[in-house]
Amino acid sequence: MARYIIRRLLQMVVTFIGTTFVVYALMFANQNDPLQALAGDRPVSDNVRQVLTEQYHLDDPFLVQYAYYMKGLLTGDLGRTLTGRPIGDVMADAWPNTIKLALLALFFAALFGIGAGLVAGLRRGTVFDNTTLALTLVVVGLPIIVLAPIAQLVFGVKLGWFPTTAGARPDLYGLILPALVLGAASTATILRLTRTSVAENVRADYVRTARAKGLAVRRVVSVHVLRNSLIPVITLIGVDLGNLMAGAIVTEGVFNIPGVGSKLLLGIQTEDGPLVVGFVSVLVIVFLVTNLLVDLLYAVLDPRIRYE
Amino acid sequence: MTYQQYPHPTHGYPASGESQTAPVVAGWGDDRSASWDTPTAAWTTAPSRARVERPTSGEHLLDVRDLRVEFDTRDGVARVVNGISFHVDPGETLAILGESGSGKSVTAQAVLGILDTPPAVVRGGQVLYGGEDLLTMAPERRRQVRGQEIAMVFQDALSALNPVYPVGWQITEALRSRRGIAKADAKRRAVELMDLVRIPAAAQRVDDYPHQFSGGMRQRVMIAMALAMRPKLLIADEPTTALDVTVQAQIMDLLATLRAELEMALILITHDLGVVADVADRITVMYAGRVVEQADVHTLYGAPAHPYTRGLLASVPRLERRGQGLHSISGTPPNPIAIPQGCAFHPRCPYAQQMCRITEPTLLRIGRLDRASACHFPPEALDARHA
Amino acid sequence: MSDLEMAATTELGARPGEVPPAAGGTPPPKTRSLAGDAWYDLRRNWIFWVAAALVVLVVLMAVAPGLFSSADPTACNTRRQYAGPSGGAILGYDFQGCDVFSRTVHGARASVLVGLFAVLLTGVIGLVFGMLAGYFGGWLDALLSRVIDVVLGIPLLLAAIVLSKRLAADRSGSGIVSVVIVLGILGWTTAARVMRSSVLAARSQDYVAAARMLGAGPLRIMWRHILPNALAPFIVVLTIALGTFIATEATLSFLNIGLRPPAISWGIDIATAGKHVREAAMPLIAPSLFLTLTVLAFIMLGDAIRDAFDPKLRR
Repeated sequence: MARYIIRRLLQMVVTFIGTTFVVYALMFANQNDPLQALAGDRPVSDNVRQVLTEQYHLDDPFLVQYAYYMKGLLTGDLGRTLTGRPIGDVMADAWPNTIKLALLALFFAALFGIGAGLVAGLRRGTVFDNTTLALTLVVVGLPIIVLAPIAQLVFGVKLGWFPTTAGARPDLYGLILPALVLGAASTATILRLTRTSVAENVRADYVRTARAKGLAVRRVVSVHVLRNSLIPVITLIGVDLGNLMAGAIVTEGVFNIPGVGSKLLLGIQTEDGPLVVGFVSVLVIVFLVTNLLVDLLYAVLDPRIRYE
Repeated sequence: MTYQQYPHPTHGYPASGESQTAPVVAGWGDDRSASWDTPTAAWTTAPSRARVERPTSGEHLLDVRDLRVEFDTRDGVARVVNGISFHVDPGETLAILGESGSGKSVTAQAVLGILDTPPAVVRGGQVLYGGEDLLTMAPERRRQVRGQEIAMVFQDALSALNPVYPVGWQITEALRSRRGIAKADAKRRAVELMDLVRIPAAAQRVDDYPHQFSGGMRQRVMIAMALAMRPKLLIADEPTTALDVTVQAQIMDLLATLRAELEMALILITHDLGVVADVADRITVMYAGRVVEQADVHTLYGAPAHPYTRGLLASVPRLERRGQGLHSISGTPPNPIAIPQGCAFHPRCPYAQQMCRITEPTLLRIGRLDRASACHFPPEALDARHA
Repeated sequence: MSDLEMAATTELGARPGEVPPAAGGTPPPKTRSLAGDAWYDLRRNWIFWVAAALVVLVVLMAVAPGLFSSADPTACNTRRQYAGPSGGAILGYDFQGCDVFSRTVHGARASVLVGLFAVLLTGVIGLVFGMLAGYFGGWLDALLSRVIDVVLGIPLLLAAIVLSKRLAADRSGSGIVSVVIVLGILGWTTAARVMRSSVLAARSQDYVAAARMLGAGPLRIMWRHILPNALAPFIVVLTIALGTFIATEATLSFLNIGLRPPAISWGIDIATAGKHVREAAMPLIAPSLFLTLTVLAFIMLGDAIRDAFDPKLRR
């Protein structure tokens, strides 16, 4: 186990350096006027120019700039937005809402995805199976930029079941619809993978062994089929987190939730380069760390990985 | 291992005078045999056994009659088991012999009730266990029989063991979930069972995972798992096929020893005549889902009464026939979707006559009491004519 | 990587060894080559036909929008704001008084162009990298695998945001080229992975070893022996990717960092209509429906092909 963790950690360090380098390079390398790019269309005053040059150490060679940027990331110093607010503060305000939203979305996705996927996998070819399968296909094909405004229109404006926007201090109820929207795609993929995985495992030899032991059906399904089927699903959830982040940008924007996503969206729209770079970097780190955690969880669930 | 008397549980066997003298089945309440159990909590709690009627005199422990199993496939109905009958008595070892695809594994799984339905359908017949038909039993009651009365050892232990749980956990899973024994007791039981099947350093290995064991050791784990509930009948489905030859012999020895020690009945399913010779009491030979010959092991080896058995015997390498070259049965086993008319073996049979192509031979008793062959022209008769 | 690509790779990647050999189109009932069998299955799958019909429809709209709507999508008049259906404008007018139906029909072109070129680009990059990594292995494989890890370490949309800001620095044209480059640079990893695992599976086959012993060079082996067998899962992944690329383009445009007016993009129209959804729903619903159907069509197509080629999932 220790060897596995160490190997994964080393791999993550390499990936981490690579990804941050890429993000940074995309932003600054070989740019005629990186400052103008950071500031977008707006004119750059000499004052701002000076502040930004200092913030990003643009007078230094590229690798030195990158080193400073890394140092800032690791020490939590993300610099300031174009309007002069510390980016760290903006994030600190936004994170709680995004975490609430994301956890709620993951909860719904896991609940419905695994639940329905299990039933569909156990009853392949039934009406339930075919219906859920068709539904997931539609959901997977629904881009979130379609789903979010349409859900808002139908359940918020027309039916009035949920608030149309979440407001500055969103409560749990206000987050339900956004979370369902955000988690929809994950629900569908989790469902499909669970279904495939369950359908495969139901026919596995060790499930036959479990039945031969005379175990109750409930136990065979929960202890043997489901447990083994969840291993690939866990991995999927890790990868899915990236989509969840992307989705959060749109969802938070549409439902007006003051989270990381909507702040990032605002940054994009106001062309606040420093904010965008800072936020994206942190999100990438979050993504990497969560994937590491998922990998470790994977090792906990599957001893074959642990003893590799 | 200490051998102590296992406390007699009160289960619902009718205490009629007749059944007192009936052959006593492995372990339970048998005064003459010392139990191999240590009296942990697991074994002092009365097990919740299914109420299975004790066999009256003359009945078999397991009596399979005219069992038929079909599979619905994309290409048509596959008749995999076509009315086979056999029986096992307490304490006896029966070998079921046949090529792959002859329906032996399906038979075993049908007996245990673990066939995947669909695609499999049990079309008819009876599986009498202690005089009661398992096929018509309520599912919940049948589940009680599974594992507790009849247990099974599968061919490929690597895939038949769940990769994500420690072996000790898997060995005692049924004890914990069905008899509700405590975790600590369960671990002790697991070590005892692993000792019983001769896994070295059992106490250290009890928390290891299946992939950390060698093939032979994994098969021992499978056997320990099957024995956990002390079944009266153990079905071993090709228990040695996936193993090295040297390990094969060890596993067969182990099974034979355990069968005697625990006074179980054993059904040994195999395609390899070589492995059963020393272990089996009787042999049932299957071909295309039918029984083609039944005999005790000496008779069968000495004078096979079916051309197919003859072919099988000729294909076993023997020291005394060194240099003669090995015989093999020409052709391949029939596709269960299109079993030949008449005798299913006729396309491959050197003795086939016109009659074999038209009429299906029935399993007829020949000479001795427990000996039968399904052949219009049994080699014995042929030999006699030639002589 | 998108959800579905992930699902596709997990399902396909799990058993690269069972990737069917693409032998000729012999009639299934007799010899049942896997490719023939797959086509046999595909022809009987209604999802395949629905998806194919939708794809044809969308491509037709992209090539000849005039067949569907003669109105000029850019001829807008704010006096007609939210006006109901009239004449050719069967879906009414939007916030700016543009013909909703006409805009929706003309929006297909940008989506199809972006999707097609992005898939071509990722296909080429994925094919080359995947083949090199799979065939030569060793340090090259290790290096490319690390590169893939790094690219996958940045969620597609986040990277696209940074990258599009960068590319958008030169504000010329409609942005189609920028979006294609963004998607191409970031989207090739799945294709490369699938190709790599297929090549690895094919490489260990006996006939490849035989070809090598007969003195065939790496290029010839890859082209003649490995590629045909690795093609099926590759095509599946690319088909599904086409759908997700179209969705990503719409999302980027929605976020105002993708295509720019005068380009007509469903994403832009959805973003605009979403802000005014209380006034009129049709300007939101029409492009949403077409975008969804287009994305769905490609995903269903890929799904159907995969199911046809995946004997394990057959009932």
